Amino acid sequence: MTYKMMDGNLAAVEAMKMAKVQVVSAYPITPQSNIAEKLSDLVASGELKAEYIRVESEHSALSVATTAQLAGVRAATATASNGLALMHEVLGMTSGNRVPIVMPVVNRGVAAPWTLWCEHGDAMAERDMGWMQFYCENVQEVFDLILMAYKAAEDKDVLTPAMVCLDGFFLSHSMQKIVVPKQELVDNFIGGYKSQNTYLDTEDPMFICDLTGSEEYTEMKYQQKVAMDNAIGVIEQVQREFEERFGRKYSIVEGYRTEDADVVLVALGSMCGTGKHVVNKLREKGKKVGLAKVTVFRPFPAEKIREILSGTRCIGVFDRSAGIGGQGGPVWSEVCAAMKDISCDIRNYTGGLGGRDVSPDNIEKIFDELLEISQGKRKNHTAWIDLKENAMDIRQVIKNV
Amino acid sequence: MYDVQHNSRGLVSHGVSACAGCGMELIMRNVLEVLGEDTIILIPPGCSALFSGFGNETALKIPGFQGNLENTAACAAGVRAALNAKGNKHTTVLAFAGDGGTVDIGIQSLSGVLERRDKVLYICYDNEAYMNTGIQASSSTPYFAGTTTTPSGKKTGRKDLMQIAIAHDIPYAATASINNLNDLKKKVQKAKDTDGPSLLHIHTPCPTGWRYEPAKTIEIARAAVQTGCWILYEYEAGKVTINYRQKELKPIEEYIGFQGRFGNLSKEQKKEIQDYVTKQYNKYIIKLEAMN
Ligand SMILES: Cc1ncc(C[n+]2csc(CCOP(=O)(O)OP(=O)(O)O)c2C)c(N)n1
Ligand code: SF4
Ligand SMILES: [Mg+2]
Repeated sequence: MTYKMMDGNLAAVEAMKMAKVQVVSAYPITPQSNIAEKLSDLVASGELKAEYIRVESEHSALSVATTAQLAGVRAATATASNGLALMHEVLGMTSGNRVPIVMPVVNRGVAAPWTLWCEHGDAMAERDMGWMQFYCENVQEVFDLILMAYKAAEDKDVLTPAMVCLDGFFLSHSMQKIVVPKQELVDNFIGGYKSQNTYLDTEDPMFICDLTGSEEYTEMKYQQKVAMDNAIGVIEQVQREFEERFGRKYSIVEGYRTEDADVVLVALGSMCGTGKHVVNKLREKGKKVGLAKVTVFRPFPAEKIREILSGTRCIGVFDRSAGIGGQGGPVWSEVCAAMKDISCDIRNYTGGLGGRDVSPDNIEKIFDELLEISQGKRKNHTAWIDLKENAMDIRQVIKNV
Repeated sequence: MYDVQHNSRGLVSHGVSACAGCGMELIMRNVLEVLGEDTIILIPPGCSALFSGFGNETALKIPGFQGNLENTAACAAGVRAALNAKGNKHTTVLAFAGDGGTVDIGIQSLSGVLERRDKVLYICYDNEAYMNTGIQASSSTPYFAGTTTTPSGKKTGRKDLMQIAIAHDIPYAATASINNLNDLKKKVQKAKDTDGPSLLHIHTPCPTGWRYEPAKTIEIARAAVQTGCWILYEYEAGKVTINYRQKELKPIEEYIGFQGRFGNLSKEQKKEIQDYVTKQYNKYIIKLEAMN
C-alpha cells in the first residue's frame, strides 16, 4: 500500500491499468482528455501491455472496446459530455450484448450552450441504456469504485457494463492524496478476464446480435432487467469484500447523520463532500439535518433509499442536471417513486449546472428551506436553487431586425 | 457451440432469405470459401444481415457480430486489437458491409481503420442503394438511377470508394465483379494475405432494387463491365493494375436496358448517360494508367 497524489483522471487510469486492460480505445474530450493521453503513455512505455487504438470518434471508441471485449479481453475507454452522447447508440450494443465494460465518464454538460464544465446531464441522459452507474465523491472513490465496478460488472449474474461517473474538474482535475494498493491485491480481487455467455471465438463460433423478433425481444430485455436487479446484491457483496481486502467501507447509498434527521438531502457526486461539511456545521447549531449519498444510481437502490429515508418527513433531492420537461430532475423522480407508499414531502432542487459550484451556502439554504417546510413555516421551495435573478434577461434578443 | 441442423457444403447454410438471384449471396459464399473457418465476420444492418440470421438461427458457421450501421470498420478493428493482444495473428477479421454502410454513414470509421492500418479485410458489396430499407439512394447510386428517394433519377454521379481507399495508401485495394469469380476469389486471397488493411469493392447486381429478372444477375454484372460502368482494377503496393479492358465499350443500353431503375428515361436522357459513361470511363482509364 502506498499513498499517491493524483487527480481523478489519473486515479481512473491507475485503476484501469491495475485491472490489466488489454485493449484501449479513447477519443479526447475535455475534461476526460488526459485519461486518453495517460493511457497511451502507459502503452507506449510498456507499463501497460495493451493495444492502443487511436480511434477517430467516441462512436468508434466504444465500438472498438465492445467488440474487443467480445473477442475475449478486458477493454478500456472513457469519455464525457458530447462524447458520451455520440456513444449513445453503441451503449445499447454493449449492454444488450452483455459486455461488461467499465467506462469512466467525466461528467460535463451536453451542448447547447457549449460548456466544458461539470454537471450530470451527460450521464443522466444515458440512464436507461442498460449500464450501471456509479457516482464518486472524491478521488479515492474514483479508484475504488472502478475496481468494484469491474468485479460487479463481470459477475456471472450481472454481465452488465458500468459507467463510473466523476465530476468534471471538481474531481477529474483535483489533486488528492489516495491509497493505491499493491498489484497483487487487485489481481486477487478482480482476477483475469474470462468471456462468458457472448464471445467471438473461432473454436466455438456463435453469431451475436442478429435480428430478434417480438416473440423473444421482451424476454431478452427482461434478462437485462433481472441482471440489474441482481446487481444490487452483487454490488453490496463486492463492497463487503472490498472492505475486507482494502479496509474502506462503501455502500450503495450512504446515510450521513440521517438516523435522527428531521430533513435529509439526497445528492450524488462530489457535492456530497460539501453536503457532509454543511451537515456537520448545521448539526453544531442544533439543526437535525442529514445527507443521503447515492453512490449507485443504476440500478436504482430503491430499497436502500427507503431504509435510509423512511423516518424522514421532509426530503430534498439535488439534481445536478436540468431534467427539462420533467416534473423534476431524474434523481428526484426516482426517489419519489421509491417513496411512493411512505408519507413524506420530497422537494426537487436543481443546480450546479455547467460548472456552477454547488456551494456550502446554497446547500445550507436548501436545508433551511426544508426545515421550515417540515415545521409548517413555509410552503414553496426554490427549485432552481442557484438561479440568478435576471435569468430571463440573459442573452435575450431584444429586437429582431 | 452451434447446433448444426442442415449440413451445408460451405460455411453458409443452404437456405438464406436473400431474394432469388441476389448478387450479394453469391459474393458471401465465394468469399467465405476462400477465407475458411478461421474468420470472424462483422456485419452491419442491411441485406448482409440476412446472413446474421434471425432469432436463434444464423446462416453462418463462423463467429460473427452485427454492429451498428456506421461502425462495421471500428467493430472489426476492435476484434483485431483483441486478437493481437492475445497473440493471434492468423484469424482473418472480415467486415462485410453494403454501400450505404460504407460510403455514407460508415465512411468515417472506415477511414479511421484505413489510416491506422488496422489489419482488417473490408468488403463493400455495392448494390448501389439502401436496399434493406426499401431501395433509397446512397452516394453510390449511379447517375440517373431511380430509387425511392430519387424518383426522377439521381442527379449526381457516384462517390468513388476505391479512390478514397487509395488516398489512404493502404497496401491492397481492388474492385471485383461476380461476372468473374476466379478474379474475385484471387483478390479475396490477396486481401486475406495482406499485412494491413485491405479493401474490396464488389459490384453487386440486385434484382429487387434494380428491377430486372433474377435469372439475369450474372449477365447484368458482365454488361456493367463491358459497357464501362464498372472497372476491374487493383491497387497493390502503391501501383494500379487494370485487370480487364474492353476493346470497345458496348452501348450502355445493353446494361441499363434490362433494368427498371433506368426505365423512365427519355431518349435524350439515355444519350446523356451514354455520353457521361463514355467520358467518365475514358477519363478514369487515363487516371488509372497514370497511377501505374
Ligand atoms: C443509424 C442507423 N440509421 C439508419 C438505419 C436503417 N438502415 C438499416 S439498413 C440501411 C441501409 C443500408 O444500406 P446498405 O449499406 O447499402 O446495405 P443494403 O441494404 O443495400 O444491402 C439503413 C438506412 C440503421 N440501422 N441505423
Ligand atoms: S434486395 Fe437486393 S441485395 Fe438485398 S437480398 Fe434482395 S437481391 Fe439481395
Ligand atoms: Mg446497398
